[in-house]
Amino acid sequence: MALEVDGQTIELDEEGYLVDLSSWTPEVAKALAAGEDVELTDEHWDIINFLREYYDEYQIAPAVRVLTKAVGKRLGKDKGNSKYLYSLFPYGPGKQACKYAGLPKPTGCV
Amino acid sequence: MATKKFMFVNRKSPYGTVYALESLEVVLISAAFEQDVSLAFLDDGVYQITKGQNTDGIGQKNFSSTYKALGDYEIKKLYVEKESLEERGLTPDDLMDLVWEDEDDDWAEKPSIILVNRAEMADAMAEQEVTLSF
Repeated sequence: MALEVDGQTIELDEEGYLVDLSSWTPEVAKALAAGEDVELTDEHWDIINFLREYYDEYQIAPAVRVLTKAVGKRLGKDKGNSKYLYSLFPYGPGKQACKYAGLPKPTGCV
Repeated sequence: MATKKFMFVNRKSPYGTVYALESLEVVLISAAFEQDVSLAFLDDGVYQITKGQNTDGIGQKNFSSTYKALGDYEIKKLYVEKESLEERGLTPDDLMDLVWEDEDDDWAEKPSIILVNRAEMADAMAEQEVTLSF
């Protein structure tokens, strides 16, 4: 699989995750989301940016439970729950948000 | 699902074999099942959590920082054997500052590393229902 963004070809694996994590740009995120009929809002970007920072710090994509707790701490209790996260990422906050953030699929996510 | 006491025993240095990374991945996966997970570091396994590692020369991903995420996964008991440190000329100061945040105590950071001697390590192992050795 591959994605065309600004004339660049971005290689994707069979599940739609980036093969080369360093090829990510915000434009890539928008294109990945558009492929699933999702338009990224500021609320989506809060989560995507958080995931990228988390990966940068710990070298892993956090499990959903960890993501939920961390979002609650950083963005407030009203956002640190799976209802809110699923409203943004209906295919699963771990899988879908990590994909847009250019991270590997979360460890332990099947 | 009933909660069981799981211990992952780490005896090998972090790079050179795949044991340390495999252990860490299984640990993170097991945490998703909300079990009572602890880790033990002994023999060369204590090197897995030493500070200041740099893998540039061996072309491998440096996964040191992933141990710092264990607290987020509710893994708060990292038993480290004193004798294994001493035999390698290491002290607790050579280990990373691994902590967990207590949500019920205004997110206060609390230490995860528990220094034990060999006999205490044996006791901790004896309490487990499932022990996985890497």
